[in-house]
Amino acid sequence: MDSPLRLIATNPLDQLARTLEALLVVASAPLSVEELAEAADDHPERVEAALGLVRERYTEGRSGIVLEHVAGGWAFRSSRDAAEACARLFEKPAQRNLSQAALETLAIVAYLGPCSRPDIARIRGVAADSAVANLQERGLIAEAGRDDAAGGAIRYRTSPLFERIFGLESLSALPRLDDVGADAEQIRERLHEVAEKRTA
Amino acid sequence: MIVRELELDLDAFEGPFDLLLTLILKDELDLRELDVAGIVLAFLERLAERESLDLEACGEFLVLISALLELKARGLFPEEAAELAELEPEAAAEELARRLAEYRRMKDAAAWLRERLESEGGRFFRLGPAPLAPKVEVPLAPQDPERLAQVIRLLAVEPPQVSLAHMALRFPPVTQFLERFRAVLRRRSRFDFDQEVGQLSRVEQAVAFLALLDLRRTGEITIEQSAPFAPIRISRSGQESTERDERTGEWTVRSA
Repeated sequence: MDSPLRLIATNPLDQLARTLEALLVVASAPLSVEELAEAADDHPERVEAALGLVRERYTEGRSGIVLEHVAGGWAFRSSRDAAEACARLFEKPAQRNLSQAALETLAIVAYLGPCSRPDIARIRGVAADSAVANLQERGLIAEAGRDDAAGGAIRYRTSPLFERIFGLESLSALPRLDDVGADAEQIRERLHEVAEKRTA
Repeated sequence: MIVRELELDLDAFEGPFDLLLTLILKDELDLRELDVAGIVLAFLERLAERESLDLEACGEFLVLISALLELKARGLFPEEAAELAELEPEAAAEELARRLAEYRRMKDAAAWLRERLESEGGRFFRLGPAPLAPKVEVPLAPQDPERLAQVIRLLAVEPPQVSLAHMALRFPPVTQFLERFRAVLRRRSRFDFDQEVGQLSRVEQAVAFLALLDLRRTGEITIEQSAPFAPIRISRSGQESTERDERTGEWTVRSA
């Protein structure tokens, strides 16, 4: 065990880890374990183990590049302490100046999608056309088929870009909305009082 | 007390009540952003400052504020006002509460997204396609400038002028040939069309043929042709009966 040879012995996954680094640096979108395994011509289990090595190497505080699991895949991003410098170099048009209407629409599509403009309008109480067009132009939502009925409205879902920008591993990483049951109960009681007075 | 001059200081609006109404009617202010309760409070405060109750002002205010509330409600549930009207008050209240709760949940979700956007604002990542391969530059074979000049010279030659002669075709009058054929027939009982007009131009021959058809129409002549492209024979009317037997014999011989 104390053999000096051990000092220069390398982890058998090192070569694979280096290959993964190369793949991740040339990729323009997050890569899934399957995609990485296919490109590296190796087994998914070994790829996952090697990803662990890469992840250790690229962490906040240790490197300007950080490996993260996002939008259903693995991708490099800048470290947070380099954010200011990056901001001076790049703008972020996709998420700049998102209005309240756009954020509410985005929330509805993220939580209830795929859903159509009429679905969104029903919840928000106003036409969703401009908010939907805006989000689509920014690339945060995309078309996802049509409603089943004949001449059905186009449905929308959030895009992988949405997950990347918001730093979500997938849509299931969205927080469970706190149950607002008590709140609804209060509203209901108030409405009942009004109804009773009216019929009385 | 004049309701329209009621000064308001709300989140979404600051100014007199009538300006607020104008802005809403012109769609320049979103009614959904407006806190109607705030307006009611402002009115009640103003009312409390007075010693006597201004019933007229109260009535006017009630009419305006209820119209505002109805507008806001319709704005929130645009297409389903009729649908809700058919429900029993209790069921309608349930439905309304359910929808308000659903909207509240989505508002919370939107608030979470906004927070998340701020907390994740420091993340930068590559979006565009990676530079996969350098662009291939196709090297040009060595070129001779003289040859290039030659080719361009060929292109620079003025194109031949297109003749427009046919555009100015002059047709001789048909009457000219009518007279001519009548004159011929006065001298001879019959003649051969080709022999008569053979020396003329194509256009003149065509007009001559028209004259022939005209004479045939008026019954002045008889036209005969033994076969397509065979010589056209013209004879004065009234002579064909005797001539035909003769000719029929000829044709039979010819076709045999």
